[in-house]
Formats: sequence, structure tokens, C-alpha cells
Amino acid sequence: MSVLVVFEQRAGKWNRMSFEALQAGKKIAQAQGEPVEIAILGAGIGELAQEASGFPAAKVIAVDDPALGDYTPDGYAAALEQLIRAAQTGAIVFPHTYQVRDFAPKLATRFGTTLISDVVDLKAEGGTVTYIRQLFQGKLNADVRAARNPQFVSVQAGAFRAAEAGGNPAPIENFPVSLDPAQIQSKPEAPFREAQRSVDLGAAEIIVSVGRGIKEKENLSIVEALAEALGAELAASRPICDNGWLPMERQVGSSGQTVSPKVYFAVGISGAIQHLVGMKGSKTVVAINKDENAPIFETADYGVVGDLFEIVPALVDEIKKTKA
Amino acid sequence: MKIVVSVKQVPARDSALRVNSAGKWLDESDLSYEMNEPDAYALEEALQLKEKLGGEVVVLCAGPDRAAQTIREALAKGADRAIHVSLDAEGALDALATARLLAKAVESESPDLILTGLQSDDLGYGQTGVVLAELLGFAHATIVMEVEPQDGSVRVKRELEDGWFQNVTLPLPVVLTIQSGIKKLRYATLMGIKKAKTKEVKIISPSQLGVDLTSTTQMERVYLPQRSKQAQILSGDPRKMAHELVEKLKFEARVI
Repeated sequence: MSVLVVFEQRAGKWNRMSFEALQAGKKIAQAQGEPVEIAILGAGIGELAQEASGFPAAKVIAVDDPALGDYTPDGYAAALEQLIRAAQTGAIVFPHTYQVRDFAPKLATRFGTTLISDVVDLKAEGGTVTYIRQLFQGKLNADVRAARNPQFVSVQAGAFRAAEAGGNPAPIENFPVSLDPAQIQSKPEAPFREAQRSVDLGAAEIIVSVGRGIKEKENLSIVEALAEALGAELAASRPICDNGWLPMERQVGSSGQTVSPKVYFAVGISGAIQHLVGMKGSKTVVAINKDENAPIFETADYGVVGDLFEIVPALVDEIKKTKA
Repeated sequence: MKIVVSVKQVPARDSALRVNSAGKWLDESDLSYEMNEPDAYALEEALQLKEKLGGEVVVLCAGPDRAAQTIREALAKGADRAIHVSLDAEGALDALATARLLAKAVESESPDLILTGLQSDDLGYGQTGVVLAELLGFAHATIVMEVEPQDGSVRVKRELEDGWFQNVTLPLPVVLTIQSGIKKLRYATLMGIKKAKTKEVKIISPSQLGVDLTSTTQMERVYLPQRSKQAQILSGDPRKMAHELVEKLKFEARVI
């Protein structure tokens, strides 16, 4: 039974996590001695299908239908359900994007199973695949197996090296679906961006970023002092902005800004994946956290284990000394 | 408007997590618990919608006896009543099995709106709301930042990636998974806590619901992840660490 990797595109542009999902799909297919295939969905996607055919796969299946022009969970789930039933697919692999989170659980439910979501690695032994996923925001890992086929898997950003295009083009097959527009319940409007950000963290050389460990809004002055001493921009993980302690535009992570400063200070940030994807491009990462098992230490170059309320003021003094 | 809020009780955020001797789940003996944070935001949204439009907020929670505390908290904040699906084992249920229980328990309530957090902080499948919608035949939207009820429908603002958003209109009944930070969370008042004691909590067991709890995915093993990248770890006296760190950043990494 083949392995199907579902590529994601929006307005004709690939989500590059698709190519990482293909790499994961190839690994599963190799373990099972089965071919890997690519599926793409949309309306008028002939050109994209051509592009996809450059990637290493046995074939590209294009599901081209006017009802799939705008993404809807009803449309996508119905189209893929028809495809998977017809093709008798063994494993279906998705990139773990916001869009996949929106429809893949619905699709898996129709096959009486749970999507194994947000997979960070996999082990293949004798045809059986064990998926590794994170629990408790990355503090623990779990080995998970699917009890039966078809199995549905989504892979986390950055967990697999992206597969590269460039081989002999794979054949393209069109799979016609029958979609009744009346079954599509949601009416999406055009995506939009909020007003221009006034803070561009992407250009900052030094960033001091603060997380839950700061405990109270009143304590922010401690990290503000560090940012000032360093000439750094102040940023935060999501919960700080959710609480309204700092404006949303200072948020780093999957739902905020992506940054790559020379040095990134993560103060009281545990390092959930949603935060890590926003800052892992930093040249040097300093993590200050009281929990020595915090996932942030895995991304850090320098880890300071201890109480930020003692360490940060001491750090401010030291920096002032060297600058004096 | 009749609103159901599905909440989960999870280990408190700063808990020291230890794996149990079977290596299949946590050692729960020393843990304290709290309401899953994204669910707390779903509850807040539900309470504010009720304050605006009238109606009823029903809390739905699947969990062991200890989850009663989280249910009380929701009632103390202003929910009207609760349904507690009592479980013996947690951690062992996958998203589909959990959603099957919740769907069965809530079916007869015929709600207009079901709100839940976009994911749980423990298992983190991020699917229960979507699966619940599919099982009930409701429409759904995920990662919702704003809810604007209209006549027979609801218009929501969804968060997409990289700072993009999208408005979507959906017919009722609908399941919405709520993004953290949608509104400022309230605290329970003393009066609220007092009132909560008299509010109805209906307790049902999985067998009463006749739900098959077999998971189609099996969690074989739970363990501490191997740390791949070796950070230089400093610990000990704060002043000494601060001095050492600044030296390293200046002369080794050369970034300040």
C-alpha cells in the first residue's frame, strides 16, 4: 500500500514544509518497500503539478476542482477521502501546518482513526513504523504506533530535511472528485494581514525575549533593564502577549515574528516548539531558566540554570561594567 | 444562545514531570493540576458571549475524579452547569476516543456553539474540537481569534501562519477551537465560588454512554527526550555566572 504525501499550496505558492513531509514519507515508504506518491489539491493547478513532478516520487496525483480553489475543511476532507478510498493508501503524510490542523483530524475521523500529529521523528523496524511526537510542549517524547491502515501522520516544521527536486519527472495523474458545493459549510473570505507592524524584530541584532518565568507584569522592568544595557529589542513568547503585558507585535514564534539576531536572550522561556520556530535562526542563543530540563536548553549555546530574578540584574551590572 | 465549553484538566505548567514505572504515562502521585490554558480562553469567550446575547454556558469535561476541581472553577467563573464524563485512566485515550465520549455526552444538549481550546498542554494532539465537530456533523473553524455571532451563523477571525488572518462565516451549530489570548481571563469571585457549590454537575461514565474507547493509535512509551545540542551550561552563584556569561559572549561568541 502506497504512501501518500499531501503537498500544501496557497495561491499557487508551496508551503515549503511540504518537502519535509515528503522526506518523512520516503522514509516510511522505504521501510515498507512501497512507493511514495504526492497529492496536490486546488483549482487550476496544472503548473504546480508540473513542479511537483520534479520531486522524487512514483507519481503526482492532481486533484483539480473548482470547489477546491479556496481552502475549506469540508472540501479538502471530502476530496482526500475519495482519493484515499480509491487508491487504498497505507499511510498519508502531511506537513503540520495550520491548514492541516484544520482538516486532517476530520479526514482521519472518517477512517475511524486519530491523526498522529506533530511528529518529530520516526523509526522504521521490519516494516513497522514508530512515530515520535512531543508531549507537554516538548518536555517529554512519546513513541506512537498506528494500530491499522490507513494511518495519518503530520510532521513538525524542521523535523526532516526537505526533499529536493531535480530527478526524472514523475508521471502526473488527474484524480477527478465529485464535490457538491452545498456540502461546503464555511464561507471563507480573502486572507489579510493586520496593519503594518511598527516594530521589526527581524532586523534586530540583539533581542532580549521574555516568557512566563517573569511571573508578573510589574517584573518586566527587570528584562527592560537588560535590553537597555545591551541596546537590544525587547520581545516575548506568546503567553506574555496573550496576557497583554507586551503588545502582540513583540511576539516571537509561529504566530508572531521570525527573528535571526546575532544574540537572542531567552529569559524565563521554556521553549515550546511554537516559540523555537521563530528564533532558531539566531546566531547565538542564551537561555536563562530555573528548570534544567526546559527544552530551550536544547536550542541554546549558553544555558544559565537558576533564578532569573537574581541572574538578570547581575548580568545588567556586568554588562554596564564592560561598557563603562 | 446555548454554548457548550469543552475543557480538560492537565498537569500544572511548572510541574516536574516524571515518567511512571511502566514507562507509558506520568507518575501522577506528586502532580498538581489546572485547567488547560487554551480551554480557559474558550471558557472566557463563552462567558462573554453569554453576557452579550443571553443563554446558557454548559461545561463539558472528560477526566478522572480530580477533574471535579476544574469543573468547579469553570462554574465559579460563571458557567451555569456541567457534564463530567468520569474516566479511570487518562493519557491512554487518543483524540478520537476522547471526542467520541464528548460527542455522545453532548448530543442531547443540541448546543448552538461548542467552544474548546485549540490544543491541550499535555497530549497536544490539537484535534479534539475538529473530531468532535465531525462526529456531531457540525461545521468547525480552528485557531479562532474573534467570534462575531450573526443570525443563524457566526463569523470568526482565524489565525493563519506568518501574521495572516482570515474571516470565515459558518452556519450554526458549530465547533470553534479558540486561540489563547482571545480575551483577558477573569478570576472567580468569592460570590462565584459560593454559587458554584449549588450548580448542577451531571456525572456520566463511558459505559453509560456506550462508547468504545479503543484507541487506534497506541502510545508505546513515554520518555525524556535526548538532548542533541550540547549547550554550555552555567550554574551556581548568580554573580559569578553573570560574569562568566558576559566574558563568553564577548570573547568566545563575540556577539556583544
